[in-house]
Amino acid sequence: MTITVNGKPKELDAPTTVAALLESLGLDTARVALELNREILPRAEFVDRILTNGDTLEIVQFVGGG
Amino acid sequence: MDPLIIAGRRFKSRLLVGTGKFSSNAAMVAAMESSGCEIVTVALRRVDIDNPADSLLAHIDREKYLLLPNTSGARDAVEAVRLARLARAAGCEPWVKLEVTPDPYYLLPDPIETFKAAEILVKEGFTVLPYINADPVLAKRLQEIGTATVMPLGAPIGTNKGLKTREQIAIIIEQAIVPVVVDAGLGAPSHAAEAMEMGADCVLVNTALAVAGNPAAMAAAFRKGVEAGREAFLAGLGETRRQAEASSPLTGFLHD
Repeated sequence: MTITVNGKPKELDAPTTVAALLESLGLDTARVALELNREILPRAEFVDRILTNGDTLEIVQFVGGG
Repeated sequence: MDPLIIAGRRFKSRLLVGTGKFSSNAAMVAAMESSGCEIVTVALRRVDIDNPADSLLAHIDREKYLLLPNTSGARDAVEAVRLARLARAAGCEPWVKLEVTPDPYYLLPDPIETFKAAEILVKEGFTVLPYINADPVLAKRLQEIGTATVMPLGAPIGTNKGLKTREQIAIIIEQAIVPVVVDAGLGAPSHAAEAMEMGADCVLVNTALAVAGNPAAMAAAFRKGVEAGREAFLAGLGETRRQAEASSPLTGFLHD
């Protein structure tokens, strides 16, 4: 199945939770914020929420800025 | 120095520091420490999935510094509100530097989109610090809807030109019922001191530190500039005059 992550398509072999996806990408869940299909996904739901075909994810983090 | 109070919270430092543009995380942290600041701004951007970099948060001690996320990148109120909510979801306290700067050439803040976003974010319980041009009427309107401060620019972001908008900033300070943060364009400690002498409550600096030959040393200098300016303001500055007034006595001369 295909999802979109930060504007780019990504293939997933099997149903994956958001938490598992973040882990596979090497991202610390405590340091990112997520939108799933244009709605903010609370951190507490990362472990339970299963991604489905066509989902769009935006993963953001803090960076330097004025 | 007398404490700074924003949204009921007390701070010792009247210098806020931006974390952008530093040549390294080490330079950024050294500047933050030398500045004595307690509030630092950060931005929110997409993670580069193919090349996830070291997280900025690994370098900032959250016990020591209050993170103030900005909404830079927002082109309108909708995007600004979205960024503020994402920052809160990322674990920040609900403070936000509301920054809507769609024009990439001068990065001037859009007053209409800023006001629209401020209304929404104040209602959602954010502590809103809006970045604005030095427009006294806009400043008043934002305070009336409950922003925690107003943040008028001295000059466009990154220009280091100092208080080009000083006359308007003076009016904003005179009319303000919330702290006034002079933010953007401060290029030298003397600019920061001038803002504080005028009665600004605090200043925000980023570029001047990041591009300095020695960022930590520049941050220490800015710290002194802000303290000197605040002390002078509290000590009561003398008035300016057109005509000279002698400093030495006008009697007892060695001539008749």
